[in-house]
Amino acid sequence: MMQAWPSIQGLRSKAAWALAAAIGLGLGAFGLLVASELIAYRAVFTRAEGQNDLKNELRVAQGAYLAKLGNCAACHSSRGGAPFAGGKAIHTPFGAVFASNITPDRLHGIGNWSADAFYRALHHGVSADGRLLTPAFPYPNYTQISRADSDALYAYFQYGVSAVAQPNQPSELRFPFNTQLALAAWRVLFFTPREVEIAPDSIASRAVLERDEIEKDVKSEAPSKLGQGFTRSPENGSERDAEGALWLRGRYLVNGLAHCSACHAARNVLGAADSSGLFAGALMPMQDWYAPSLHDPKQAGVQHWPRQQVVALLKNGVTEGASALGPMAEVVAKSTQHWRDEDLQATAAYLQRLPLQSLREIKPEAPSPQALAHGGALYVQHCATCHGQQGQGMQQLDAWGQQGVVQIPSLAGNRAVSLPSSANLVRIILAGGYAPSTAGNPKPYGMPPFVHVLTDTDIAAVTTYIRASWGNTAAPVSASEVVAHRRGVLQ
Amino acid sequence: MLFLMRFSRHALTRLFCRGGVRRLFGASSMVWVAICSPWHAAWAKNGPVRGVSTQNAIAQNGAKRLQACTTCHGAGEAATVGRSANEMYFPRIAGKPAAYLYNQLLHFRDGRRHYGLMVGLVEHQSDAALQDMARYFAQLDLPYPEPQPLAAGMTQTQLLRGRQLALRGDARVALPACVSCHGAALLGVEPAMPGLLGLPRDYIAGQIGAWQTGMRRAFAPDCMAQVAKKLSPEDVSAVAAWLSMQIVPAASRAEPAPLSSARSRTASLNHVSKPVRSSSAAGASVQPTAATLTCAE
Repeated sequence: MMQAWPSIQGLRSKAAWALAAAIGLGLGAFGLLVASELIAYRAVFTRAEGQNDLKNELRVAQGAYLAKLGNCAACHSSRGGAPFAGGKAIHTPFGAVFASNITPDRLHGIGNWSADAFYRALHHGVSADGRLLTPAFPYPNYTQISRADSDALYAYFQYGVSAVAQPNQPSELRFPFNTQLALAAWRVLFFTPREVEIAPDSIASRAVLERDEIEKDVKSEAPSKLGQGFTRSPENGSERDAEGALWLRGRYLVNGLAHCSACHAARNVLGAADSSGLFAGALMPMQDWYAPSLHDPKQAGVQHWPRQQVVALLKNGVTEGASALGPMAEVVAKSTQHWRDEDLQATAAYLQRLPLQSLREIKPEAPSPQALAHGGALYVQHCATCHGQQGQGMQQLDAWGQQGVVQIPSLAGNRAVSLPSSANLVRIILAGGYAPSTAGNPKPYGMPPFVHVLTDTDIAAVTTYIRASWGNTAAPVSASEVVAHRRGVLQ
Repeated sequence: MLFLMRFSRHALTRLFCRGGVRRLFGASSMVWVAICSPWHAAWAKNGPVRGVSTQNAIAQNGAKRLQACTTCHGAGEAATVGRSANEMYFPRIAGKPAAYLYNQLLHFRDGRRHYGLMVGLVEHQSDAALQDMARYFAQLDLPYPEPQPLAAGMTQTQLLRGRQLALRGDARVALPACVSCHGAALLGVEPAMPGLLGLPRDYIAGQIGAWQTGMRRAFAPDCMAQVAKKLSPEDVSAVAAWLSMQIVPAASRAEPAPLSSARSRTASLNHVSKPVRSSSAAGASVQPTAATLTCAE
């Protein structure tokens, strides 16, 4: 909104002139930065000398594993489509973007990209032809990937993936979000490329360094220090050093390839992570699931868990007191269940050291007696046969059950039940779901969908009842919340 | 109702294999082999047929574990496992051939069928988990509910048209009869051909429509896509109405697989997606790729 021009008297005022000058300078500087973003990147296609070094089996295998770490397939492979051929729609509040073809096809894929161009795409979020990419591709996370890991990924996508001639679908972003100018402005405000010490953090670089160190050791008399990998305990036996190394690797993974903050960070109106932190938890825009806070032990913080339980959740998809459902089921199914144990340990080490942050305790309003009575009756009718009369769940094994794997989660004291947002609870009741089928939990139990059985009032009542029973003390759920989530389920 | 019982398979064959229609869907067993094998291959590659003790285990363990399926595929509030509520859209899955059920779960998971709730449920399940689900529901033996009442506005002419399509097909457009693949009693054929009785009218019409638009696909050769495209909208409602009002006899399981498919089953265990098709009566086995396999023989 334009304010009224200052009056003649005001214009004469020095303060007004100073303010106008400051605003003008600020806008001018901003404009310069945006302009520099627009012209900073030119097309880079020529393949560098020595690039064929990347065409070796070790690199390709490392790249394949890194692609699992980064879960590239979750966006770049569409259901039933060829791997990494793109086409999947990613819905944002600004319109839909479509994942690109990253197979080595020369016309539609990245077949004519150089390793430099690939690294620039990850590090700067710029395509090989110089176009700025939308941050639906999480380059604010991928900027932290080391050059060595980028080269391994490049090797995999060039030499380990079959070329598919599938054209890329242009995005359906609304004006002005579909312009390069808007992207440049966004980047000036919210994105800074980061350099990360390469060192032995990354798998590829570690393998390369170890190979180099072995050669050097063979040639020289004195063993070098670099070869002491961060995941081996140093010879002076300090467990703290080993734990520190694990933490560093975990930080590299969580903030980089695993891009956890892409879901777990609260986003501002322009879609950038806001100041509350990278893992503060948020309702995911468009997907309408709540990604819980990793800082808050009452949400999804794992600071007080045994290390192995964190590993088990990521590897198997279920553990005592938690199961991966909704979008997290995809993360476990396509990514974390395939991670090596050392990487799961590193991730757990980092997550367990995240600072504790709890939401301010607000006493929730008391649920109405009618809602509790109605919800209780519905619970007995529909839920108690599996979840137990006291919400205790079912831990017994059957012949199909995996030893020690939770079969049906308990609702009493279940963190997912008592989250600040009722979205997850309502959605799982509406659409049902299975935990992901993993090696540790190959035949999961399923939650049935109740979308056509229970009305909005019914679901509001039963969720209110569950959230207020057996020690749970979360806020009641209204029917209008359920209406909003029902629309998301049936899309 | 009794019409079905009158037409023995042999009689239908004679009715059907006349003139040019013989080429399209002759009731020779070789055609059954050619049609059934692709679907059977997907099923067979994951393991041998289980013994009785495993079947019992499946029955015991499946009931609770697979309650996720009964709120839709069960009947009414009591949700008797596997019964379909004909007034709704969801199909019966109890007693369907196991390979058919398994293939449908694969289709939902891998993008050949689109129904949001189903996709969300199976999208992260392994092949083995889906196989167990299919086996559990296939071994159920539950009574069928009463057939759906006649749709308002359905005339006798339309019903006769539906019966004709189901039992005799339409020679003018080289359309095979439903019985030529789905069994003489329209109760399906093992291992992978489903029955057509006891299904909601809207579900049948919806699936044929989905094949017409490509929203539903099957493994190659997608014969139903070709069949569906020959049906006019009036034909679709006629055959859906007629099928949904048939009474299902008390003892109603799918027919056993045709005899000559024994050879195909053995071969299919070793050759995924390369079904055997006997090219001559002497039974010389050819191993065509799926691409060369067609519905016409």
